[in-house]
Amino acid sequence: MTALELAPYRDAAPLEVRDLACRRGERLILEGVEFSVPPGRALILRAPNGAGKTTLLRAVARLTPPVRGTISLSPERMTWFGHADGVKAQLTVTENLDFWARVHGSDTIAPALAAFRLEDLADRPAAYLSAGQRRRLGLARLLVARRPVWLLDEPTVSLDSATVATFARVVGAHLAAGGLALIATHIPLGLDEEDVLDVTPFRARENAERAHDPFLDAGFAPMAGARDGTAQDGETRP
Amino acid sequence: MMALLGRDLALALRSGGGFGLSLAFFLIVVVFVPFGVGPDTEVLARIAPGVLWIAALLSCLLSLDRIFQLDWEDGSLDALVMAPLPLEGVVAMKALAHWLTTGLPLTVIAPLLGVLLDLPGPAAPWVFLSLLVGTPALSLLGAFGAALTVGIRRGGLLLSLLVMPLYIPTLIFGALTASRAGEGLDFLTPFALLGGVTLLAAALIPFAAAAALRINLR
Repeated sequence: MTALELAPYRDAAPLEVRDLACRRGERLILEGVEFSVPPGRALILRAPNGAGKTTLLRAVARLTPPVRGTISLSPERMTWFGHADGVKAQLTVTENLDFWARVHGSDTIAPALAAFRLEDLADRPAAYLSAGQRRRLGLARLLVARRPVWLLDEPTVSLDSATVATFARVVGAHLAAGGLALIATHIPLGLDEEDVLDVTPFRARENAERAHDPFLDAGFAPMAGARDGTAQDGETRP
Repeated sequence: MMALLGRDLALALRSGGGFGLSLAFFLIVVVFVPFGVGPDTEVLARIAPGVLWIAALLSCLLSLDRIFQLDWEDGSLDALVMAPLPLEGVVAMKALAHWLTTGLPLTVIAPLLGVLLDLPGPAAPWVFLSLLVGTPALSLLGAFGAALTVGIRRGGLLLSLLVMPLYIPTLIFGALTASRAGEGLDFLTPFALLGGVTLLAAALIPFAAAAALRINLR
């Protein structure tokens, strides 16, 4: 296996998250989330199912605007990779990847194909890929997007152990180039540069969601605050 | 942007895309009308512009939910929102791709199918022109409806109900343009209003639909 090397990212900066509260639908899931990831490190989010890992990642990506809190980096520097991999079955592997490369203004997809061992499948329609091959194609988008922050939600689902190792090597190369990653996963990637964050302690208190009722925020905030004693800061500071 | 347009066109034209469906539906409706109404050429000629317009509108409705739903389901929409493209531009390109694969082909075959309905000669070019000017509004308004209902499983019914009232001005002015042209009356007023609806939709819908998408992705 050849070592994978990525061009260093320009202006690397740490990802700092302070006092983040995020919700899914109308329900407040997490609050008071604080962490910091310096360039070259990966933060692994660990928690049981339903604890809010996906919600946290979507809030950091600003796909779901956070209820409050600060995130130091703008979403323009992040790439999102979720449960659904964004692969179009009717297009070939090359067409799929080429599209994302053009959207992100990259000129070549060859290194991304090579990194995920997709060269032999390049002309095959994605409909005829196995689940793991399809997943690899989805992950290859991370490399053509060329953004320093990777937000990965369960990236190793349906990957065999050899591919998990391949993926870990790609993440390692990304970190070595000055990138950083936030990864929700149950499978240990075995990276040298990883820290682990358990999100369970940040679970929102049951009654806290009332504090963000738009009706209460607008006119009845003082009353509600006096009644249940929760903070009424419903503002989002992007 | 062009990459997005190209991808959406490729997806629509390949198997499983919505391209043939709308066209076939249009053909079926127009072919069935003479059987249902009877072969009275006078009646057919009178209703022909309206029938062509209604058929075009229904065919358009048929493929609307594909505009965003498929991208939402496979996660590409999340990735597109994060991509360095303005979401308003994404909406405009997707509406354009929808029009190129439904509205434009319908416009081209409508005067030909008009023969089946004994469409008056002078009306034929104006059926073509009114559809050419009016169908982009159908795709744009439809994109707005699709953005509002993305994420709702089997949202097609809700989408049709939402979009229906928005389609009424285009239908009225479009059918009126063609039928008045066929009767030799002044048709420029409805034609200008038809163009106005389309331009207004083109100016406002990308912003409205992008806002609806952002809310629906939460």
